[in-house]
Amino acid sequence: MVEVERDTAVSKLEVEGLTIRYGETVALKDVSLDVRPNEILGIIGPANSGKTSFLRAINRMDEMTDGMHVSGRIALDGTDVRRWRNVYALRRRIGVVFPLPVGLPLSIFDNVALSPRLRGVHDRASLEEIVERCLTRAALWDEVKDRLHSLGSLLSGGQQQRLTIARALSQEPDLLLLDEFSIAVDPVTTMRIEDILKELREEMTIILVTNLVQQARRLADRTAFFLKGDLVEVGPTEDLFMRRVRDRRTTDYLEGRFG
Amino acid sequence: MSAFGATDLDLSNRRRERAFRGLFGAMTALLILPVILILGMLVWKGHSVFSLEFFLAHPRNGMTEGGILPALVGTLYLVAVALFASVPLGVAAAIYLSEYAPDNLLTRLINLAIINLAGVPSIVHALFGVGAFVLFFDFGTSILAASLTLAVMTLPVVIVATRESLQAVPQAFREASWSLGATRWQTIRRIVLPNSVSGILTGVILEVSRTVGETAPIMFTGATFYVAFLPMSVFDQTMAMSYHLYTITTQVPGVPEALPFAVALTLIAIVLLLNSVSIAFRMVLRGKKKW
Repeated sequence: MVEVERDTAVSKLEVEGLTIRYGETVALKDVSLDVRPNEILGIIGPANSGKTSFLRAINRMDEMTDGMHVSGRIALDGTDVRRWRNVYALRRRIGVVFPLPVGLPLSIFDNVALSPRLRGVHDRASLEEIVERCLTRAALWDEVKDRLHSLGSLLSGGQQQRLTIARALSQEPDLLLLDEFSIAVDPVTTMRIEDILKELREEMTIILVTNLVQQARRLADRTAFFLKGDLVEVGPTEDLFMRRVRDRRTTDYLEGRFG
Repeated sequence: MSAFGATDLDLSNRRRERAFRGLFGAMTALLILPVILILGMLVWKGHSVFSLEFFLAHPRNGMTEGGILPALVGTLYLVAVALFASVPLGVAAAIYLSEYAPDNLLTRLINLAIINLAGVPSIVHALFGVGAFVLFFDFGTSILAASLTLAVMTLPVVIVATRESLQAVPQAFREASWSLGATRWQTIRRIVLPNSVSGILTGVILEVSRTVGETAPIMFTGATFYVAFLPMSVFDQTMAMSYHLYTITTQVPGVPEALPFAVALTLIAIVLLLNSVSIAFRMVLRGKKKW
């Protein structure tokens, strides 16, 4: 019993032999890695390396995707995510930020209040408190506090991306997945979000997929390098960037020789 | 070489541009011409009949005089009952096909079947209606049987229109909602449906305007030549505009020339009115840009 608890304390997420296929195409081959509590794990690699598929497998989005097939084991706090009876409760614990900002076509308020409402919070005062707290943490409150009832989907790209972070925080997640969040966001907003992520690390575990190598260097405690569906290597970010790498391909990628 | 560096090629491109623009414009004009001619003809020949009495009185004197009230009421009745049957069914089926059904062979076959159903001639639907609703379910020739026949006939329109407007809602919204822990139904109710309702309603109104004009599906299932009373229940037979037009033009001797034109004009006016409601509706809802 004690040992089990120590195990779960060491790994927030254990991934073993994860293989993902879309029909005949293999997107990810036999990946095993651990994510530690309260770390930021960076995942880098060129397009079509399986980074996004990896994230989608964690919150079981494969079940909503025709043709996506996942095998292997992903355990969150020691429990295989496939064994969660209530997939919705599982997904509520995992915040997701997408590459292109997705402000839902609801008001700013309703965007952030959606997840609390789904889990049964309905009284106005609690919702207002959650919305203000999450928007503040996402550094968006001051810009939108006077127009909470205008559409979230009409905010600028940078604001929408912070709105999606606020929305993810409203789930009170203990795992936050970010998929190339800065693709459609200006550099200033990117820096603000990076600062937010550094603070959030205190409260949750973060997996940051990025194709900006320097972003991984700035933020990630450890970094994994995916290439064409293989996990080439994973290690402390400093080691990777100090060229203490095990695989030549990692150096080649980091130095911009491909990808 | 002319001024401003325009080459011969530039000039010939510009001539060709003008020619094609003119060609496409002329084709469009050609399309509008019959509409104007038909409407003009109907107004020209039929306007003398229009009066308050025309809309509020029963036909008299072997259909040669009086008004069209029972046909007008009957058509509205038929359309309302048809909508009542086809909209819930069609919208539910479209939601299933668009939001739940896996993309597999069966789903594709069902979609193909729906598109084919839309191509079935209305007289075939009429025969189906006689067999299924009039005889098998024993509704007799009645509003119910006729409306259900119309409903079956227009179901593909509702399904296709609904499915298209559901699919116009970006997939990213669904994924964002699912990742928040929403079920498919919560996502449909809170995100997908509110943003596709304008398209669905447009489809419904188009369906109505098609239903109004149909003759074949109702002539064996519920429409009748003449009834002295307005329909009181769905088991009554009824007069209908389209069928009335058919009978007074082909079956009744001695009908004044203007009468069929006035009936036809009224029928077209209903359709045009419904279509403009649909267009206005779409404009209002499109004006509110959501993303």
